[in-house]
Amino acid sequence: MSIDKPYTDMPGTTVFDTDQMRKGYWLNQFCVSLMKAENRERFKANERAYLDEWKMSEEQKQAVLDRDLNRCVELGGNIYFLARIGATDGKSFQYMAASMSGMTQDEYAKMMREGGRSPEGNRSTNEKKPRG
Amino acid sequence: MARITAGVFTSHVPAIGAALDLGKAGDAYWQPVFEGYEPSKAWLREHMPDVIFLVYNDHATAFSLDFVPTFAIGCAEQFKPADEGWGARPVPVVQGHPLLATHIAQSVIQDDFDLTVVNKMDVDHGLTVPMSLMFGQPDAWPCPVIPLAVNVVLYPPPSGRRCYQLGKAIRKAVESYDEDLSVHIWGTGGMSHQLHGPRAGLINKEWDTAFLDRLIDDPDGLSQVPHVEYMREAGAEGIELVMWLVARGATSGVPTRVVHRFYHVPASNTAVGHLVLENTK
Repeated sequence: MSIDKPYTDMPGTTVFDTDQMRKGYWLNQFCVSLMKAENRERFKANERAYLDEWKMSEEQKQAVLDRDLNRCVELGGNIYFLARIGATDGKSFQYMAASMSGMTQDEYAKMMREGGRSPEGNRSTNEKKPRG
Repeated sequence: MARITAGVFTSHVPAIGAALDLGKAGDAYWQPVFEGYEPSKAWLREHMPDVIFLVYNDHATAFSLDFVPTFAIGCAEQFKPADEGWGARPVPVVQGHPLLATHIAQSVIQDDFDLTVVNKMDVDHGLTVPMSLMFGQPDAWPCPVIPLAVNVVLYPPPSGRRCYQLGKAIRKAVESYDEDLSVHIWGTGGMSHQLHGPRAGLINKEWDTAFLDRLIDDPDGLSQVPHVEYMREAGAEGIELVMWLVARGATSGVPTRVVHRFYHVPASNTAVGHLVLENTK
């Protein structure tokens, strides 16, 4: 018997469940380390060397170097942890959210001012897209 | 005896704290958000509690993945505002209430809710942004606070039902405390938002509005909504809203009146929701 996961059909969404946590433990703990200013400095001075201190997979390290947050999420990263990378880069949460949805921050901010992304067509991959 | 006299519900968006800290509260973008809290601030000045029991979640700040407690009650004398990577917020240190906190811990655990007891913990924006929204920028917070950190980062968080029942157990615990104290319970987080992935930016005003309606009139029914509905309809991170049910459980079963209700989109990535329920008995 496997555990029921009724949440895997949501488009553009990866629920950080215990399977994701297991995959992403070291990636997320690396992110935690960036809450200390001295670690942020060491990371910025030589990102590759700093990442090599962690038991992360090569794919995870490359995703961090590429600042590919969607890939980081896929590989077990959680957004609250990954936000520390953005903070280290001096980027806002909104910048990070925009980058993950393939928009510029201006485009994304405009969408939010206009009421945000509609749930219509975004609840499930089985949901019919609204017309028009 | 001590009594729960009101429930305060509010989003705890970090950008709201940043706007206040950086002096941007009067900007056209932020002004409607802060204005939406003015009636509650005025009410609060007239109804200052002796203690606030504040339900919030830690955002990978005090708890990394080394420990993930589902419910953690703060019993310390004080809680420092955390550095979340941008530097600590310039807000006062939060004073705890160890006597009432340990009383509640002991009572609630004996009532079958297995809380984690925390004697040392920094608090992040999840706790300090609601304080700022309701109290502004004082030199010291006007009353002590008992933090209850709920895991909503690692799935699964506690169910809405469990949160609601815990709230009832907290009320029972408060009412068995001898000192005559007025206690507010605050539920924070939400409303609809998604912060990760291509679906980031999801907002569902209709669902949020129905949530607020049911929180007032049908909390028992609302508490049975499954996790997946929160995530599907209100965004994956919208699941924070289960925490509001702890506060609603603690204010259930007695007559209440709506002091103020407010809803606004957006604050950065998030829909802001706010409600104050006062016990009229």
